[in-house]
Amino acid sequence: VNCELTNSVLHGYFDGELDAARAADFERHLLSCPQCVAALEVQEASRSSFQRAGLYERAPDSLRRNLERELRAPSPVADISAGVKSPPSPLWFRLAAIAALLLFGFIGWRLFSITSADRSEAEVASAIVDAHLRSLQPGHLEDVISTDQHTVKPWFDGQVDFAPPVRDFANDGFPLQGGRLDVIKGRSVAVLVYARRKHIINVFIWPSTYVDDRLRSGSQLGYNWLGWSNGGMQLFAVSDVSPSDLNTLHELWTN
Amino acid sequence: VSKGSDVLDSHERVRFEQLVLPHLDAAFNLARWILRGRADAEDVAQEALLRAFRFFAGFHGGDTRAWLLQIVRNSCYTWLEKNRPMEHSTEFDEQLFPQPDVTPESLAIAGDNRERLSRALESLPARFREVLVLRELEGCSYKEIATITAMPIGTVMSALARARQKLHDTLTQPNSGRNQEARREL
Repeated sequence: VNCELTNSVLHGYFDGELDAARAADFERHLLSCPQCVAALEVQEASRSSFQRAGLYERAPDSLRRNLERELRAPSPVADISAGVKSPPSPLWFRLAAIAALLLFGFIGWRLFSITSADRSEAEVASAIVDAHLRSLQPGHLEDVISTDQHTVKPWFDGQVDFAPPVRDFANDGFPLQGGRLDVIKGRSVAVLVYARRKHIINVFIWPSTYVDDRLRSGSQLGYNWLGWSNGGMQLFAVSDVSPSDLNTLHELWTN
Repeated sequence: VSKGSDVLDSHERVRFEQLVLPHLDAAFNLARWILRGRADAEDVAQEALLRAFRFFAGFHGGDTRAWLLQIVRNSCYTWLEKNRPMEHSTEFDEQLFPQPDVTPESLAIAGDNRERLSRALESLPARFREVLVLRELEGCSYKEIATITAMPIGTVMSALARARQKLHDTLTQPNSGRNQEARREL
């Protein structure tokens, strides 16, 4: 027997949207309808897994910055009215303005091509800090829990299409805790989890043909990150530990 | 341009920054789930916020978040109509709706809960996705959902019931995408 309330009133009750009288009616109904009781349990469970999943995506900083800039720019309406009222400018002035625009455009384009690499790095860094935050939610940190690198390394076989280097630095104060898969900007990456005193360090690893000897670092939302390339892999360590701890981990890794 | 209107502009801007900008995360999150992508969501949310600023003089208080999300939602559907007309014009019939790779393999690879739920949610039609996002992620009341989605308040409950059922089905039968494929071939 299918109870029709399962697909209607039950949801209003579950969402706390029924008035007192209807809620009381439904509660009386629950006493005699095991189907609704079961359905309510399913709803509770799915809501809590939905909330644990951390699906909420906050606005990126770039959006906030762009908006603040746009809002502070003089309003376009004002510009049009100013243009209508002002007398026509002499020809030489207009030509000079066009030349200046072209020059600025060229400079801007050059600057853009130089900084776009930095910008994409900043995007990656911010995606990684987000992933780090997600991993700190209960039950998200590790897919494979082991302090043994010979357990963690084979686990990645068949999970990602590359063989991430797995190393344990327990003797140097960075014990391996386990590994997991994560997705950064649509790409599956391997993550090694290390402990540093009471803190967690996530090291994100993916293959990269792009070789850059520079050590890159930064901080975002109070988390520090350090990125480097090594042996055809791109590595990013993220944590709330101090930058010098991350540097130590980097040295251990590259030695 | 007179000085007076500048002062007025900057007063409006401050009021906008205080009342509306705090809901920027809500705006982005809704756009991200309707459009199923962060980059597009960033563009559309920015455009929607600037549009909201132009309409702001006509907004006389009330539920600021619902007012903003209504504009964001409209901007999203306008954008979909222009950029992905298939997705928009088919009234979100799942049979025609491009299934974003929900296969047993992808669900298994995406072992973690977040990835699994996010894929399942993205495979739902936009109309279902938006009510779930508004209710479960944004915590909107039925009244707010009705305002934002231009739905009669009486139908919010049944829309949520259908959306939840659909999400549940997708999560418990990871083959559903496959079966549809097979059915279509028959």
